Amino acid sequence: MKPDKITELYFSDVNEPINYDRRKFLKKLGKGIIVIFSLSELSLMNGWSQGTSQEKELDFNAYLRVKEDGRVDCYTGKIEMGQGIITSLAQVIAEELEVPINSVDMIMGDTDLCPYDAGTWGSLTTRFADPVLRAAAAEAREILIDIAAKHFEVTKDMLQVKDGIIYVKDNHSKKVTFAELTKGKRIVRSLKIKPEIKKAKDFKIIGKPTISLDAVAKVAGKAKYSGDIKLTGMVYANVVRPTVYGSKILSVDASGLSAFEGVQLINENDLVAVVHEDPEISYKASKIVKVSWEAPEIKTNNEDIFQYLDENVKEHKVFIEEGNIENAKLASKTIIEANYHDGYVAHAPIETHSATCYFENDKLTIWASTQTPFGTREQLANTFDMPLEMVHVKQIFLGGGFGGKIYNQQAIEAARIAKSCGKPVQLVWSRREEFMYDRFRPAALMKAVSGVDENGKLNLWEFDIYCAGTRGTKLFYDIPNSRTRMFNSADIHPFGTGAWRAPGNNSTTFARESHIDATAHSVGIDALEFRLKNLKNDDMVATLKLAAKTFDWTRKKEPGFGYGIALGEDAGTLVAIIAEVFVDKFTGVVDVIKVVCAQDMGQVVNPHGATVQTEGGITMGLGYSLYEEIEFNGGTIKSKNFNRYEITRFSKTPKIACVFIDKMDSKPQGGGEPAIICVGGAIANAVFDACGARVNRMPVTPERILKALKNS
Amino acid sequence: MKQSISFKLNNEPITIEVNGDESLLTVIRTYLDQTGTKYGCGIGECGACTVLIDNQAEKACMILIEDVIDTEILTIEGLASNGNLHPLQKAFVSHDALQCGFCTPGMIMNAYGLLKRNPNPTRENIIDEMDANLCRCGSYNRIVEAIQTAAEEMNEKIKL
Repeated sequence: MKPDKITELYFSDVNEPINYDRRKFLKKLGKGIIVIFSLSELSLMNGWSQGTSQEKELDFNAYLRVKEDGRVDCYTGKIEMGQGIITSLAQVIAEELEVPINSVDMIMGDTDLCPYDAGTWGSLTTRFADPVLRAAAAEAREILIDIAAKHFEVTKDMLQVKDGIIYVKDNHSKKVTFAELTKGKRIVRSLKIKPEIKKAKDFKIIGKPTISLDAVAKVAGKAKYSGDIKLTGMVYANVVRPTVYGSKILSVDASGLSAFEGVQLINENDLVAVVHEDPEISYKASKIVKVSWEAPEIKTNNEDIFQYLDENVKEHKVFIEEGNIENAKLASKTIIEANYHDGYVAHAPIETHSATCYFENDKLTIWASTQTPFGTREQLANTFDMPLEMVHVKQIFLGGGFGGKIYNQQAIEAARIAKSCGKPVQLVWSRREEFMYDRFRPAALMKAVSGVDENGKLNLWEFDIYCAGTRGTKLFYDIPNSRTRMFNSADIHPFGTGAWRAPGNNSTTFARESHIDATAHSVGIDALEFRLKNLKNDDMVATLKLAAKTFDWTRKKEPGFGYGIALGEDAGTLVAIIAEVFVDKFTGVVDVIKVVCAQDMGQVVNPHGATVQTEGGITMGLGYSLYEEIEFNGGTIKSKNFNRYEITRFSKTPKIACVFIDKMDSKPQGGGEPAIICVGGAIANAVFDACGARVNRMPVTPERILKALKNS
Repeated sequence: MKQSISFKLNNEPITIEVNGDESLLTVIRTYLDQTGTKYGCGIGECGACTVLIDNQAEKACMILIEDVIDTEILTIEGLASNGNLHPLQKAFVSHDALQCGFCTPGMIMNAYGLLKRNPNPTRENIIDEMDANLCRCGSYNRIVEAIQTAAEEMNEKIKL
């Protein structure tokens, strides 16, 4: 799947698995009990509905295998970037197969070993891979029990399974291990009918806090990332970059390179790079190469960007229209109108984009920090006009992704350089390159109009979204007359933009929840009460009540302290965040004291992992709420490193409490992205509550607070 | 002009031929193949490359190799002994104080330097000392707790 397609889907609500193309892997499978399945044909979402047309073709995009030694392999094209699926997917397999979790090996994101996958993004894994994996594991268990029944000449109901061993119920001395049952066999089944899966009351592993399976490798410094691979004869590449994004090469003067022995220059169309077996020499040599650039015209900067978007983005479509807006305007007692702004922010994973690769007999093998190994394969195959089979993307850990590692520019650059210089190549972007080619979360403008009747009931909602997409904007408030429109324009931004953890939903949720708060305030109703009064979704009501109870919403506030609520929906999960802040009225400095997050995320497979993900989303979200913003002038990005781009650090991290609605028998929902969407709104509302400053622009900086105070 | 530089890395004596102006980070990762220490920013602002030089936590990207002559350098690879994880490493695992794991070696090494100097840090001491280490996944609170747990365990051992 192409990055542009992913970006488009990413900014929308994706509520079904993405299954783009399929490959037949049967010939590659070795011995053992193998259950193959497709993520699209069997999801709890569709009531486990079956696609009969697929059976003959054995189309699938994941499989698991109980090997002859009794260990279990699970092959999936998903990748691990810190979101913890290496653990949670192993958990569900161990649960249904009745094996210890440490006997499950996850083989992830290797394009030669794993079947096709559209990529790890959109909080899709737990929602769609997890239920199907459970079913496959349950199927494998049933196959093993079948064989054991024949082995002992008993009926299946006489048997029980524990820790990879099948026992005869009334005679535990009669037992056989999975390894013994599997030895010498090769049984391949596709998942045709929904097997019996466990009920929540019988769970031994699902729902139990489980420590990450990759943690030991990571604390020992042994976990391998793309820049940790070292190949024989490898050279290190440095690409010569312009200072202004989007500049075109006019001429190249590489005469200075004669001072560096062993340096090779790559000069192909739009790519100028230097390689050397010593990265220090490669770096120094790259600085000697003089390129003259033609920079694009400067059209906007970080201060006038919102006006620029307003004036230049005209193309739009109606996303939702209900009732009658004009009548509602007449019928509303109070109408509130405001615009909300949200700037560009960077993904800023601590691991910069990296790739290590080599060609051997025209086949390209690459380790790349990518959320989309199969997408990378396709992009590379297209780059060199060769078949997909000639590209092998290997399994690797990612040092964070957050939506930024779906574009794979560094993988293409590394491979082009390797092809050109004829040597294995490693390319690790500098932090400066990372900030320039980050594909930032786009700046967004939201125009909101709300109307309330004399009873404090919302009657009108108009929402025009510029450049943030519609993900999560379907209303969970009960508003009879509403219209949501999406305005966008290709290439409007002065540099690359793309998917950033819960794309668009951060901006739109901040705008909506700020506006709901302002509306509640204008009619003199408490922010919690106003929301409860106007919500139509019972699950959201329950989630908000859980947050309010955990936070103790009615507790007394000292002067300078404020509480703020925000609600949102993302990746199937309902989120309610309540934040407590202290604002120094004289300096405008905000101290975040506490953040409570309640979520209805369906079944929580690994409460520990879900908590860690939610804490992480909140911590990252404090950045875009309070200090993260890309400073730029046209294509010149001034935020070039962490000294000019503040992310949340130890001293800025508040107390965080995460609580989940207990729904263990329901379908699991997204966990990696949802929580972050509510941080901005909750902080902005808490700041208003603390000091009366209504800041309609993220991040809520001290200067903006002081300005709002002055104007109020 | 190449020069011969000697130091100890994880208790092993090392001698390398270098210009001298190479960064300690490049030397450790590229010349000596110890890739647990990570590159994050190159200007000492993220802490992913933190190592110990004579028991002092330093950012390897900011140190020239000629400035570590005759020092003892400890990286994440040298922390476990006899195959047993160090109490800090164990505590990071038990508190799940990591997600993507990329900042983790630097975090652990900085915490190690802190506990060397101050075996009983308060929560505030830990936050102060660790504040220059960045974690984009947002595991800060868990890291603080892990360091507290490790400090307790290390102090218990000393008492025994």
